[in-house]
Amino acid sequence: MLKPVDVLMVGVGGQGTILASKVLAAAARAAGYDIKVSEIHGMAQRGGSVVTQVRLGEKVYSPLISQGEADVILAFEELEALRWLAYLKPGGTLIINNQQIYPVPVLAGAAQYPENIIDQIKARGINVQVLEATKQAIACGNAKAANVVLLGALAQKLPIEEATWRQALAATVPPRFLEVNNAAFTAGFTAATGSGAGC
Amino acid sequence: MKELLSGNAAIARGAYEYGITLAAGYPGTPSTEILETLSRYEGIYSEWAPNEKVALEVGIGAAMAGARALVTMKHVGVNVAADPLFTVAYTGVNGGLVLVSADDPGMHSSQNEQDNRYYARFAKIALLEPSDSQEAKDMVGLALTISEQYDIPVMLRTTTRVAHSQSMVELGEPVAREIKPYQRDVKKNLMVPAFGRLRRVSLAQRMARLAEYSENTPVNFIVPGSDKIGVITSGISYQLVREVLPEAAVLKLGMTNPLPVGLIKKFAAQVQTLYVVEELEPYLEEQIRMLGIKVTGKEIFPDTGEFDQGLLRRCLAKAGVLPAPAGQEEMLAGLPQAPPRPPVLCAGCPHRGVFYTLRRLKLTVTGDIGCYTLGGLPPLEGIDSCVCMGASIGMAHGIDKAIPELRGRTVAVIGDSTFLHSGITGLLNAVYNNSDSTVIILDNRTTAMTGHQDHPATGRNLMGHEAPEVDITMLCRSLGVKRVEVVDPLDISRLQEVIKAETAAPGPSVIIARRPCALLKREVRPAVTVDQDKCTGCKTCLRLSCPAISVIENKALVDAGACVGCNLCVQVCKTGAIQGGQADA
Repeated sequence: MLKPVDVLMVGVGGQGTILASKVLAAAARAAGYDIKVSEIHGMAQRGGSVVTQVRLGEKVYSPLISQGEADVILAFEELEALRWLAYLKPGGTLIINNQQIYPVPVLAGAAQYPENIIDQIKARGINVQVLEATKQAIACGNAKAANVVLLGALAQKLPIEEATWRQALAATVPPRFLEVNNAAFTAGFTAATGSGAGC
Repeated sequence: MKELLSGNAAIARGAYEYGITLAAGYPGTPSTEILETLSRYEGIYSEWAPNEKVALEVGIGAAMAGARALVTMKHVGVNVAADPLFTVAYTGVNGGLVLVSADDPGMHSSQNEQDNRYYARFAKIALLEPSDSQEAKDMVGLALTISEQYDIPVMLRTTTRVAHSQSMVELGEPVAREIKPYQRDVKKNLMVPAFGRLRRVSLAQRMARLAEYSENTPVNFIVPGSDKIGVITSGISYQLVREVLPEAAVLKLGMTNPLPVGLIKKFAAQVQTLYVVEELEPYLEEQIRMLGIKVTGKEIFPDTGEFDQGLLRRCLAKAGVLPAPAGQEEMLAGLPQAPPRPPVLCAGCPHRGVFYTLRRLKLTVTGDIGCYTLGGLPPLEGIDSCVCMGASIGMAHGIDKAIPELRGRTVAVIGDSTFLHSGITGLLNAVYNNSDSTVIILDNRTTAMTGHQDHPATGRNLMGHEAPEVDITMLCRSLGVKRVEVVDPLDISRLQEVIKAETAAPGPSVIIARRPCALLKREVRPAVTVDQDKCTGCKTCLRLSCPAISVIENKALVDAGACVGCNLCVQVCKTGAIQGGQADA
């Protein structure tokens, strides 16, 4: 019996949340899960907040994750982690990339970007895992691979074999970017165990 | 073989497997990917029409001639297509005709959240509602069968969460693409009153036969469960109900016009308490009540917005059906609010200069549907109103005629794709009725908002072939507009000069602000730089609402990675602190 897992991926348009959800879906499918993936992307390329929901289980009905239901939130940016935190279930894990992207109201001085988001979330006893995904992706050869660094960290939380992830990555990412993405995945995967520094 | 497909991709696959040979539509979220996916299948002719009315008329022609046809649009598109829709129910079809209406509860990307199930009932056509990708694909086949057997068009109504959610789909082999012979039949297809009256009677008979079919169709079925709670539901709500009330007996309606009255009565008699769970309007609930059946629906569930299982749980808890869900107040207590992250015009967007200038000139601006609607948000605030595709020009003319004080101070803005969709008739009207309106066509050479679809002025069609390119300047002149100017929207001083001249001039004027979408044609120009000594921190540059510019500690800061060197900020900077690379030729 496969335990159901709900994963919410949150970020800013252009950060690669949709590609990350595709890789997760492909890996989960190969591992025998029923899957539903839901995304809202109409405004994505205009710099809006983007959320992708991936639900895994023996049989999945709703494509949506409700407030307080996500087992894991994979946050590609700090402010988006804060925005979607109410979707994390008690005891769930937040995996967060310590990158900040200012929304226009902040750039225009009409709003403040909250300070110390990660510390404030940690102070509430929430299980937080912080990654320097963007930095690690740059070290691996492409800043855009931060999404796959995060996936590597997520892989440690799910009962899916590493080889299955690698195959899903190869099937989803264009061949010329595969090497960088494989390295990025390794970086996230090892960072999550604390056993290595990645690239 | 199974594949993970979105509802939209599944509908396209259904079109391929079930022998559709023609598909037409106009892009609109969440329907757009159906035709984009379908255009890649062999053996199907597909096209973007300039608007939904034309797309449906193309579909009607193809079906009348004997082909299986699919027409796609978003919910508000059906408003545009409503005229032919209400009469094609009378004529009926020959080959099967499926109209996809992709509704958007929650308005993720729409100006309203109308429930188009009422259109099917109003126009007297059959209605199918899939609840996942597998059903979306299967129902294309079922819709074609129903359409041909009952001589009626079929609406396949999805919602955002069906259209844009992915689930597993069993793929099948395509059937042979057979075209039925065309037969001239004026009594059936030529709707003058005398023939229309005959077809009206025929329509009532066809609907009566369809009602019988609805009783027995496999897409209307009962999921057995506890007799304490029974739920009648359709579409995505079915999935939510299965998750939230796994014990309940459920009547799942895949065909929701006409409704299976006998099946509903039978199910109602089997359960102690009956609920109707449906997003938006009480479409099922009202019809079930009219059968004299007691149901609970909109007293406990909202009639606005999108549902999820959390919302259903809260509603059912409030009604005493489920225990109250545990709160997370403790976990979240004291955390700061996240400031909003609204979508904005992209860095280098050619529309930005137009809205900045309109705001500076303090003009009244009637707007339209597209990326540029974002130009109405602060700090650009360059648009006063937006109602529907093509409305800007008519609205500006209305203001011009009704309020003399605003004459010469009002402009309409409309994108190129939207102008070709339904702006042409508005402009024709302005010319015909001697308007003093000024229309700015924001011509970025694409349909940008929905993801860069081609249209009749881009020179390419959906199948990827070269196509004749409408000359918008010549088109406006041929409609009778004498004053037509083409300007580069990134040249602010020239733009301002032209807008001033055209709003002051009597008679209708058109300004074509032409520059390709910044995402479409990535021109490589050096990023601007800021001379820290000259910058006074006046924040004038922030009024452009450019995602690449911020002012930190009283100095402008440009994100060189995001800046595309459009040089608008160079033109608005009062102190000359922002400096461009090369001026654009």
